Amino acid sequence: MNDALVLGLITVVSAATPLLLAALGELVVERSGVLNLGVEGMMLAGAVTGFAVTVTTGSATLGIICAMAAGMAMAFTFGVLTLSLMANQVATGLALTIFGIGLSSLVGAGFVGIAIEPLPKLNIPGITTIPVIGPLLFGHDILIYASIALTGGVAWFLKRSRPGMILRAVGESDESAHSIGYDVIRVRYMAVLFGGLMAGLAGAFLSLSYTPLWIENMTAGRGWIALALVVFATWRPWRVLFGAYLFGGVTILQLASQAADWFDVPSQVMSMLPYVATILVLTIISAGPWRTRLNAPACLGKPFRPAS
Amino acid sequence: MSDFNFTRRTFLAGSSAAAVTLGAPLAFGAEQVKVGFVYVGPVGDHGWTHGHDLGRKAVEAKFGDKVKTTFVENVAEGPDSERVIRQLASSGHNLIFTTSFGFMNPTIKVAKQFPKVKFEHATGYKTAPNVSVYNARFHQGRAVIGTIAGHMSKSGVAGYIASFPIPEVVMGINAFTLAAQKVNPDFKTKVVWVNSWYDPGKESDATKTLIDQGADMITQHTDSPAPLQVAENRGVWGFGQASDMKAYAPRAQLTAILDDWSEYYINRVQAVMDGSWKSQNIWYGMKEGMVKIAPYGSEITDAAKAAAEKVRKGITDGSMHAFAGPIKNQEGKEMLPAGQSLTDDKMATMDWYVQGVQS
Repeated sequence: MNDALVLGLITVVSAATPLLLAALGELVVERSGVLNLGVEGMMLAGAVTGFAVTVTTGSATLGIICAMAAGMAMAFTFGVLTLSLMANQVATGLALTIFGIGLSSLVGAGFVGIAIEPLPKLNIPGITTIPVIGPLLFGHDILIYASIALTGGVAWFLKRSRPGMILRAVGESDESAHSIGYDVIRVRYMAVLFGGLMAGLAGAFLSLSYTPLWIENMTAGRGWIALALVVFATWRPWRVLFGAYLFGGVTILQLASQAADWFDVPSQVMSMLPYVATILVLTIISAGPWRTRLNAPACLGKPFRPAS
Repeated sequence: MSDFNFTRRTFLAGSSAAAVTLGAPLAFGAEQVKVGFVYVGPVGDHGWTHGHDLGRKAVEAKFGDKVKTTFVENVAEGPDSERVIRQLASSGHNLIFTTSFGFMNPTIKVAKQFPKVKFEHATGYKTAPNVSVYNARFHQGRAVIGTIAGHMSKSGVAGYIASFPIPEVVMGINAFTLAAQKVNPDFKTKVVWVNSWYDPGKESDATKTLIDQGADMITQHTDSPAPLQVAENRGVWGFGQASDMKAYAPRAQLTAILDDWSEYYINRVQAVMDGSWKSQNIWYGMKEGMVKIAPYGSEITDAAKAAAEKVRKGITDGSMHAFAGPIKNQEGKEMLPAGQSLTDDKMATMDWYVQGVQS
């Protein structure tokens, strides 16, 4: 039973990691005042690129790097359209998702039916074999550790570093940030590119570690969950981590309880829970006075046109 | 011969133009039959939709210039599908195959508006003068893999990744379990519903969960190869679904249930050409070649292979039935006495599990 629990927790961690990576990126984007709904599309671009490069060159490291670059390329397109050309962010984000689905299917057509070895797991002799703690703390692949380190990094960046504070200022009041001399558009470009990088990395995790294969539309809606997660976490990095593990945990608990007959709740109800929580959080946020306390960037989704 | 590859979106966007351009050649070469296919997933799913697309390609290979095929992939079940089917019907297609259960009502609705166009709906139950229904007896294949699972499972527990609780899926779970119990009376099947036909990540999570809880045989009624890949990595066995998935699990795949639509599609296109097409409701199985068993994997034991072959031959020649009595349901109530086998009607409306299914 202990073994089953440990294995279950490991499954939770790997189910949560793609959500965490993509949501962290989107969090930074939204904190700068930009809403990019194209996460799903950027993840797919990352997933197909990571897989294709790994298969072609045999190097997973190169695959991961190229996946991040592919996510950034998609994000750059979004940036040009919304930041430089002032296109509507919601419409452009949706278009980016649809574009990503199509493009990744086209690029990936030749890679369906190929299987690769999953990313190697960290394996420290003598430590990973310690019961319970060993596999739980030291038995994952590099991307899972990276996702946790990145959470800390993003939290530190937003809270303590000077560029992070500028980024938040841009997201809270673009006019003020502009009037004291910060280049709002440039800051937002950086944020959007980081969002693309993280979504690409999340995609690479899916196609190289989580389910090491490429099939069309393999993200199956995880980009949208990541978007919901940012709201659920009220734009705070550590809460994103918590939320991702909660979402992952509920998904796995739902599957495990079906197999083990633990409690008699319809599986559909369990699958609904994370979304119900998100809707609740959203409702609370839109209720008004809570808004500022709950952290929603004041300029979220508003285009910025510098007054000349 | 040409094939038009549309995704749903470009298809809908360009359809008004297509209606004009595609409509034109009919006036000149009326002997060319235009065949449309509506798919629920991507042709690259390596499963269900892939199987139908192989059927489409077989039609092209057989008839060459005499046919023109069109397919629309990734069509969501529901109102979206109705638009897609109507576009195909109004752009001069003579025969349209709609290949998912959820396309049933849209197909019937559009068929009423286009009485001259022939429709073929897969896995449904509603027919009309210009709508046929066709389905394959996949449960026959499940009886074969269940036999193998009964022989080779050490824990006596199989994990079953299921999509939606419709009779088709329930039937498969029951046929698999009954066949395994013929070999090992204590055999159990643990079922996990992922509420999706296609979500590789969730299918893979469900598989891991089932293996963690003691299953050493993995089978699925979802469309991606992810469960088999997990089986390969975790050192248990599994079975391919709808397509040969050996590439993903060279060791773990003991065999696969294959759907072969080619012959049926060719026959129906031929019928439209001859003018002999009639509405029908068919349910073909291994005897007619619509359900096939893939070559056995290298890890299968001789005993399991021999038993599987015996079941396959028995079902093919009609001497065996996947649902032969006595059958008890989960509560132990007798649903079918010894010496009888379930009628097609009873199977097609199945909403109960046999003993030994845990769900």
